Amino acid sequence: MTTAIAEDGVAVVRRVPLSRGYRFEVVKLVSQWRIRLLVLACWIAPALFVAGVGQQSTLPSDTLFGRWMHATGWAGPLVMLGFAGTWALPLLTSAVAGDVFAAEDRLGTWRHLLVAVRSPRGIFVAKSLASLTVILLLVAGLVCSSVIGGLASVGDQPLVGLDGHLLTPGDAAGRVVLAWLCALAPTLALTALGLLGSVALGRSPMGLLLPPLVALGMQVAQMLPLPVAVRLALPGYAFISWNGLFTSPAQLAPLLIGVAVSLVWAVLATALAYLLFLRRDFTNLAYDGAGRRALTVGLLPPAALTAVTVAVVAVATPSTGSGIEQNKVQRSVATAFAHLYRLQTRQLHRPAVTEAKLRTTAACTKSDGQGAQEGAGNDWRCVVTWHLPDVAVAGTAVYQLDVASDGRFVADGDGPKEVNGYFLVRTPTGDAPNPLWQFDGNVELLDTTSKG
Amino acid sequence: MDALLAVRARGITKCFGDVVALDGVDLDVTQGQIHGLVGPNGAGKTTLLGLLLGLAVADGGRLEILGTPVERALAVPDGVAGFVDGPGLYPSLTARQNLAALARLRGHDARTAGIDEVLDQVGLTDVADDKARGFSLGMRQRLGLAAALLTGPRLLVLDEPSNGLDPSGKRQVHRVLTRLAAAGTGVVVSSHRMDDLEALCSEVTILATGRVVFSGPLNKLAAENRELDYRVRTSDPRAARRLADDTDGIRVVEDTRTRQDAEVLVVRALVPALDELVAHLVRSGVAVRELAPVVSPLEAAFLALTEPQEDGR
Repeated sequence: MTTAIAEDGVAVVRRVPLSRGYRFEVVKLVSQWRIRLLVLACWIAPALFVAGVGQQSTLPSDTLFGRWMHATGWAGPLVMLGFAGTWALPLLTSAVAGDVFAAEDRLGTWRHLLVAVRSPRGIFVAKSLASLTVILLLVAGLVCSSVIGGLASVGDQPLVGLDGHLLTPGDAAGRVVLAWLCALAPTLALTALGLLGSVALGRSPMGLLLPPLVALGMQVAQMLPLPVAVRLALPGYAFISWNGLFTSPAQLAPLLIGVAVSLVWAVLATALAYLLFLRRDFTNLAYDGAGRRALTVGLLPPAALTAVTVAVVAVATPSTGSGIEQNKVQRSVATAFAHLYRLQTRQLHRPAVTEAKLRTTAACTKSDGQGAQEGAGNDWRCVVTWHLPDVAVAGTAVYQLDVASDGRFVADGDGPKEVNGYFLVRTPTGDAPNPLWQFDGNVELLDTTSKG
Repeated sequence: MDALLAVRARGITKCFGDVVALDGVDLDVTQGQIHGLVGPNGAGKTTLLGLLLGLAVADGGRLEILGTPVERALAVPDGVAGFVDGPGLYPSLTARQNLAALARLRGHDARTAGIDEVLDQVGLTDVADDKARGFSLGMRQRLGLAAALLTGPRLLVLDEPSNGLDPSGKRQVHRVLTRLAAAGTGVVVSSHRMDDLEALCSEVTILATGRVVFSGPLNKLAAENRELDYRVRTSDPRAARRLADDTDGIRVVEDTRTRQDAEVLVVRALVPALDELVAHLVRSGVAVRELAPVVSPLEAAFLALTEPQEDGR
């Protein structure tokens, strides 16, 4: 409790080191009951959810990997990731980063903090790092809890990938972790937007709402029939493109582009928040957000960034259309069918057969062949043909496809009943879910991955 | 540079857009002195206190704090503590946690930073482990003072520290500030409570529309200025009134506040004339039971210097 005095008797000016400011901010954050509740929820609720759903007869088959939650514990963390990208992560980033600056406005503690820390830069960095720490703690909770819940309730079984190929438990574990790591990039972008909203809009609730609103906007945009270049240039695309890790070969190009765009957004939004924060007049008690400056500094650069990233992606990848083309749909359906047929063969204890020997092909049409044979829609119909060794006649099966504009599709078997027309198959040990009845897949929107 | 000066301000100006908040303000606060800052709302008190805490930097003039020139914001030297516009506290932390977090922020071990001592000094030991969320305004003020004390300040800057304090809390705060000043700390206190400032301060500065209209010792304010109204309670009010009428420089005034009390006479006078009246009363065998200004010298000066158009005397 001493004052630093130089040898000549003149008091010295000393700033608080970043590590102490960071600790101060973490203490303030975790002392809030709201944050404690979130931490508790993120570390407990996913395990309960995954374990609970794993025991139900009805599975969340509208969510990616939801239909495999009975089969393996590794599907649970992926279902949770899909849910987190849509709801949990935007709300968590909003509750933490979206309030970290505004809270000081609400409490009227800015002057106290400035007198104590003496460096707006130090305060900004400490608050940003503290928010990031808490958000990472929450994300870690979602991952660990859902993994533990899945493994405890269902077990460490192989996971069926998005193209039907089987991932060993070890491979599935690695890819689950990688998928969550990739989702950190858009989470960082939302965190930075939360910081920007918190700085720019002060105690206004709009600051708190910025991450969920942006996330909602991005989700709506992904549902629209936008060109691929626009889709990939949006910061939320990495919440979708992690799907590409579960195909063979992995669809890395859209994933890496999505991650890179998210990180650029994170850097830009943080830099804007930093500039707005440093320009703030802390002597003005009536301050209630940066007002007009928030609009110019907070909206124009992100709009410009969107335009630039769209242009860069459009130039770097020849992808100005929907990316959902007939030949890609056919290839995806055929690949997934071949992998899943092998799975069904194993279930039925039939002689093993390889994908190569099956020589599976798919003939897909949209709107019964009327109009352009590309784009999203639930009017795709595919006829899959395959060959069995020593069988002269080729087998055929029909699927109705609902293809979303982000490339995801659900293939719904339309017969024959013995192959894909019924949700159960009769195995020597009893009835089992038919893997060919309905399956998820995705069409890679870019033309970069080698054909699978 | 005077080594004993905690604050030395010369010609300080500060503007916010077209509004001149401070206009050529001079201020000297010596170490070990409690200096009051008075002025009507909008006079520039909070702006001046903000400059002393380093929250802003002056547009013009020279400011030295603890011997160090302050030329940019947040560049005041170590040893300056206090608050403006109320103390900054975090409601989700207890009183002790608030202080511990602050101590750690400054690099002290919370266990040895003297948290219990400062809580005891401001009378918050009993609620040390209660969340600040439930604190009254007076308790928050005292906790804010404790936070400032924790840093071992050589200059303490307090804005309205008596707001919301009950008489016992006020006495406690006064005791702390007096003890601190006795130990050599310069204290600058802004308040609208004239009785507080008179009880605490050896010197005051009165600000009006960003300018200093008076700065100096309190007794100088009383002596050099204008006539004041005094309540005089005597054993013989009728004789006292006659003597007052006969004394040069004394005017008996009607005061609605004392009209109900027959023993009380209100006179308007300068201090020398008042002394003469007291001498007359004593010589005439009239006992003086009470003699006090109706309005304190500081309040009278404040009203006279900041609202001259309303002074009808």
